[in-house]
Amino acid sequence: MEQKEALFNYLIRIADNSAILGHKLSQWCGHGPELEEDIAIINTALDLLGHSRSLYTYAGEVEGKGRSEDDLAFLREERKYTNALICELPNGHYGDTIARQFLFDQFNYLVFSELVKSSDETLAAISAKAIKEIRYHLRRSIEWTIRLGDGTEESHSKIQESFKDIWSYTGDLFVQNELDKVAIAAGIGPDLDAIRTEWRKSVEAVLSEATLQTPNDDWMHSGSKSGMHTEHMGHILSELQYMQRAYPGAEW
Amino acid sequence: MDEQNLWKLLDEVKDPEIPVISLVDLGVIRSVDFTDGENPKIIITPTYSGCPAMQVMEEDISVRLKLAGIKSFKIETVLSPAWTTDWITEKGRKALQDYGIAPPEQTTSDKSALLGHPKEVTCPNCKSRETKMLSQFGSTPCKGLYQCKDCKEPFDYFKCI
Repeated sequence: MEQKEALFNYLIRIADNSAILGHKLSQWCGHGPELEEDIAIINTALDLLGHSRSLYTYAGEVEGKGRSEDDLAFLREERKYTNALICELPNGHYGDTIARQFLFDQFNYLVFSELVKSSDETLAAISAKAIKEIRYHLRRSIEWTIRLGDGTEESHSKIQESFKDIWSYTGDLFVQNELDKVAIAAGIGPDLDAIRTEWRKSVEAVLSEATLQTPNDDWMHSGSKSGMHTEHMGHILSELQYMQRAYPGAEW
Repeated sequence: MDEQNLWKLLDEVKDPEIPVISLVDLGVIRSVDFTDGENPKIIITPTYSGCPAMQVMEEDISVRLKLAGIKSFKIETVLSPAWTTDWITEKGRKALQDYGIAPPEQTTSDKSALLGHPKEVTCPNCKSRETKMLSQFGSTPCKGLYQCKDCKEPFDYFKCI
C-alpha cells in the first residue's frame, strides 16, 4: 500500500466514524429526554458532522479523482465504509446512547489527541480543531454516565445493562490491519494497542466512579476495518443515501 | 482603498447569529493580504468544525466587499492554528456582555474542560458570580447555558475553546 492510498483510507476510516455516529445522534433531534439534553446531543452530532466534512473533503483531495465530500459520504457501497461497529449500533433508550457515546468519546479523545501530532499537516490541523470539541463531548458523556450509574436503582441497572450489551463491540475499535502498520510507520496515526491500554484505564475509572462494573473482555465482534458491518448498517445507509440515489447530484 | 480601510469595512460584517459582534472582533477574520492594493485575500477560520454559520459568514463578507465596489477578492478558510476564544477582542467581549451573553472567562479550557468543575461565570445581567451551569451546550455550538442564582435569569455563556 503506498502512502497516498494509506492516507486516503485512514481519513475515510475516521471520517466514517464521525459521519455514522453523527447521523445516529441526529436521530435524537426533537426526541431528547429534556430540552437541554436534546440541544446537547444535537450539538455533538453537529460537531461530528463537521469533523467528517473536513475529513471527507481532504480525503477527496488526497485521492485526486475529483470526489467531493458528498460523493464520499453518500455514494459508496456498504463494504467501502470502515467506521467502527459501535458507531452504527441502534440508539436504544437514552442509557444505551450514553453508554455508546462514552465508550466512543473516550476512544475518539485518545485517538485525536495523537492525531494532532500527525505527520500529515492537514490531518493534524483538522484534529487540532476537532480535539477541542471532543473534549466537551467526553466531559458530557462522563457526567451522564456517572449521573445514570450513580443515580436511581432503575437508572443504574439500565445503564449497567447497556454497557454489558455494547461491550462486545468495543474490541473492534482496536483491531489493527495492514493500514495501521503503514499509518504508524509513516507517523500518520497512532498505534491502537497503546490507545487500548489508556482507554481501558480511563473507562474503568469512570465506570467505577459511576458505581458500575466494567464488563469482562469476552468474545468480541470485529470486521469494520475490512468493511464487514452489523445488520444495522444497511438500514442507516438506505436512509442516509436515499436522496442522492433517488435524485443524483441533488443540492440544497 | 488601503488596508486600514479594508479592515474597517470588514469590521462592519457581523456574526449572523450574534449580530452585535463583528467577525473581526470574533477572531474569525484572521488576516488580510492586500499587498498589491487590489484583489484582497481574506483569511477566515471556523469557530466550530460543524458551525452552520460559516457559509453565511463567507457570503456576508462577499456582499460587503462587493457593495464597497471591490469586485475581485478571495476568501480562504484555514484551520490551523485552530480558532480559540482567546482571539475575541476586548471590544468584542464588551459587545457580547452588553448583549446579555457572558464572554468567555480568560484563558482557554484545556484539561479543566475534561474533568474539572464548571468555570465561575459572571452573570451578564446583575454581575453576580453566583451562577450555575445548566448545560455545556446551548443555542449555538459556541455557547453553553447558565443561570444566575441571584437574579435567577438564565443566560448564554460563550464557552472557552
